[in-house]
Amino acid sequence: MKPFAAALVLAGLVLAACTPPDPGSGINDPHEAENRKVHAFNRKLDATLFGPVAERAGKAPGALVTTVDNFATNIDTPRVVVNDLLQLNLADAATNTLRFVMNSTLGLGGLFDPASEMGLYLRETDFGATLYHWGMPEGAYRELPFFGPSTDRDAAGLVVDFFLNPLSWTLPKKYRWLPPAALVERWAAARLRYGDAVTDLLQNSEDSYAQLRLLYLQNRRFKLRGDLGAEDYEDPYEE
Amino acid sequence: MRAFSRRHFLIATALSAVLSSLRSGAAAAALTEDGARRLIDKVVADINAIINSGEDREAMFRDFEKLFKRYADLNVIARKVMGPAWRRATPAQRQAFKEAFARYMARKYGKRFREFIGAEIKVTGVRRIKSFYEVRSVAKLRGQAPFEVRWLVSDKSGKTKFFNMFVEGVNMLTAEAQEVQAMLRKRKGNIDRLIRDLPKAA
Repeated sequence: MKPFAAALVLAGLVLAACTPPDPGSGINDPHEAENRKVHAFNRKLDATLFGPVAERAGKAPGALVTTVDNFATNIDTPRVVVNDLLQLNLADAATNTLRFVMNSTLGLGGLFDPASEMGLYLRETDFGATLYHWGMPEGAYRELPFFGPSTDRDAAGLVVDFFLNPLSWTLPKKYRWLPPAALVERWAAARLRYGDAVTDLLQNSEDSYAQLRLLYLQNRRFKLRGDLGAEDYEDPYEE
Repeated sequence: MRAFSRRHFLIATALSAVLSSLRSGAAAAALTEDGARRLIDKVVADINAIINSGEDREAMFRDFEKLFKRYADLNVIARKVMGPAWRRATPAQRQAFKEAFARYMARKYGKRFREFIGAEIKVTGVRRIKSFYEVRSVAKLRGQAPFEVRWLVSDKSGKTKFFNMFVEGVNMLTAEAQEVQAMLRKRKGNIDRLIRDLPKAA
């Protein structure tokens, strides 16, 4: 395991020296027909499962929900730190490590989130972002069952993220299911947190597939690039 | 020594005249930057007042509609959002579409802003882009990481107004253009039906 990890880090250092590609502005969706089928499934899943649950959870984000989410987020944090390091983002790596230490101790093993209360929020990232920093192109748009909108690059990143948490190798064997479970919990929690907005989009949009695709790509590219794209600054008065 | 200090004085006077003229030039430019910032300061203050007013849904939507009409450049937004059909729309249809779109936006975004009760939105910076300004603001929700809202502000309509906004990178003009044009396509390009159905779509 160790030589493999070292090789991975080394590859990261070398590749990180390359400039990330432009995240792009267009929509590359050659699998639209299949994607739309998955979308229909996700919509049904939303209407029957997520929507009603989100509505209830949204009305009263109870102590239990918050505690479970805090715990999962804390378990998941080392995976985020690994990605920070692979992106050579030492500032975020330090912030997230500090969060992990604080919440694991003062926060009683992550059940509470004293770090956020002090304004020290999690600086989110993932292996899809790492691949972007290493120069991998975005690829085609994909809608994944359950996980929703993605791209070739982000879908590959998602798979790797399930194996990237160092706790998966260091925790006692009987707890090693926790890191991947935490990752799933965090997707579900995010889905519940934005429940109303997502349900609104999925059920009320005229073409919810196209709208979700656009919103996902714009938001994702904005986060990767840390800025808007040139196309966002078109001057509508000059036409 | 005396002559020297007088020359010094003259040079200093000339310099300060140049400097002050430079500064007034900068002040004129800064005024527009300030103007853009002031507009969004007002928008944000109004949004904060509406979401924390405690009034009911419908009253909130009416207030958001007024806010949108007052501070957004509806002419340019409506044209971009309707897309190619704008060219064949009659003046009456254009006017009706602007009304319908304002109501639709107030309801759609009003619903989201309702979730911001207790939130605080603050302007954080301004920068010039081509002929317009980008104003950045940050929305802080309790217990959540803050997120960014950017506004594009121009006075090319004759008044200082915003013509686009971005919530975490999502381009409002592009997203609504896609949505409205999908509605129009489903109505076989019938602009009157679009105008009728749009306020009910949010």
